[in-house]
Amino acid sequence: MDRHIQVPFLEGDTEKLTAGDYVYLTGTVYTARDAAHKRMSEALQKGDALPFPLEGNVIYYMGPSPAREGRPIGSAGPTTASRMDKYAPKLMDLGLKGMIGKGKRSVEVKDAIVRNKGVYFAAVGGAGALLSQCILSSEVVAYEDLGTEAVRKLEIKDFPVIVVADTKGNDLYETAVLQYRTAPEWGVK
Amino acid sequence: MREISVETVSQVIEKLCIEANHSLSEDMREAFDHSVETEKSPLGRQILDQLRENMKIAQKEMIPICQDTGMAVIFMEIGQEVHFTGGSLEQSIHEGVRRGYTNGYLRKSVVSDPILRENTKDNTPAVIHYEITEGDKVSITLAPKGFGSENMSRIFMLKPADGIEGVKNAVLTAVENAGPNACPPMVIGVGIGGTFEKCALLAKKALTRKAGERSQIPYVRDLEEELLAKINATGIGPAGLGGTTTAFAVNINTYPTHIAGLPVAVNICCHVNRHMTKVL
Repeated sequence: MDRHIQVPFLEGDTEKLTAGDYVYLTGTVYTARDAAHKRMSEALQKGDALPFPLEGNVIYYMGPSPAREGRPIGSAGPTTASRMDKYAPKLMDLGLKGMIGKGKRSVEVKDAIVRNKGVYFAAVGGAGALLSQCILSSEVVAYEDLGTEAVRKLEIKDFPVIVVADTKGNDLYETAVLQYRTAPEWGVK
Repeated sequence: MREISVETVSQVIEKLCIEANHSLSEDMREAFDHSVETEKSPLGRQILDQLRENMKIAQKEMIPICQDTGMAVIFMEIGQEVHFTGGSLEQSIHEGVRRGYTNGYLRKSVVSDPILRENTKDNTPAVIHYEITEGDKVSITLAPKGFGSENMSRIFMLKPADGIEGVKNAVLTAVENAGPNACPPMVIGVGIGGTFEKCALLAKKALTRKAGERSQIPYVRDLEEELLAKINATGIGPAGLGGTTTAFAVNINTYPTHIAGLPVAVNICCHVNRHMTKVL
């Protein structure tokens, strides 16, 4: 089912989402990837404030290419989410509701999603030019020295994502693949 | 001796960096067009259409196809009759990358040290592979490599007794593990033989081959076709969200190897398989 959703989330919003839903997000999200997560984790350990409020918010795992003159941002597609798996459960326990990225998440993250009634969305990897058209403004709010890895506040409009992991514990990456699988398991690690 | 100025090399590389990150080669575009017709999953077709639209926007609006504009991998094939003038060839290559990534609004994704991790802010250094060839031509191939897929690449040091079945198992294992992380539909570069580092280089170079162009060696061509069919039967599909288009191509390069070994490298590339060549 396609639908339009406002972010940050309000109480109860995420419970209406089911793995496989094609959703358009409008509102505010924050970007953070590897280096910003490391800094946020260090800030929490020291008891310092985070660069943005987690409550109800969504983190977009993304580091853009530079903006040309007159544009809010450059290419802006998702990065691989699993590199943030180490940090995500803690952030969700502190109020983070949603994440946008690409690729599989750990069991710990999926448990944290169920426990905190959160959601993990996939944006289509490698569609950075198209996705940039849904970003109205971008402002660096922390860690400017990290360049592309700085924390940015983005205003987005009708940003297309797909629900991958939902509050019920579903994981679209596991279920959708089976539907089209005609091969046996190869099973070598 | 034919003389070529190193400034020419910088200029060519600057241009290649910008072009390769904004428009894919014709063979990749054809692979996309073909897959939209054969993909069985409706969501998969929707994603493939989104990716085609993305390429149009990238070219028209001059926005990189993907924000990960990669680490610049450069294959230099240098004719032995060529003499470079005006400075250091190596420095001129890095200078071309520096100009391309700065002037082309491309992302600077390189850190100066793998542990200390400070961004070099101009995407240098490049990774350069030199090859000396006959004649007086210089062929420069630029292949910017994103790390979503690079991180899912693997090397397997198989035993000779593992044979061709072992090779198939290695490739399929790497692809299954890569799943959605490598931004499918992927292009799979495979190196078989040589030594530990040689097979990795064979695999990397295989990614610069045209999608749809098959190996000249009959058994290798058959292997490429068989593996592509098996990869597309995994169900991974576009963006890893289910479907019948998991890879566009499997490109295999081989090389003689040692009596005791069967090295296999699997270099995975996402659908943004950027490679561009200029011959001087």
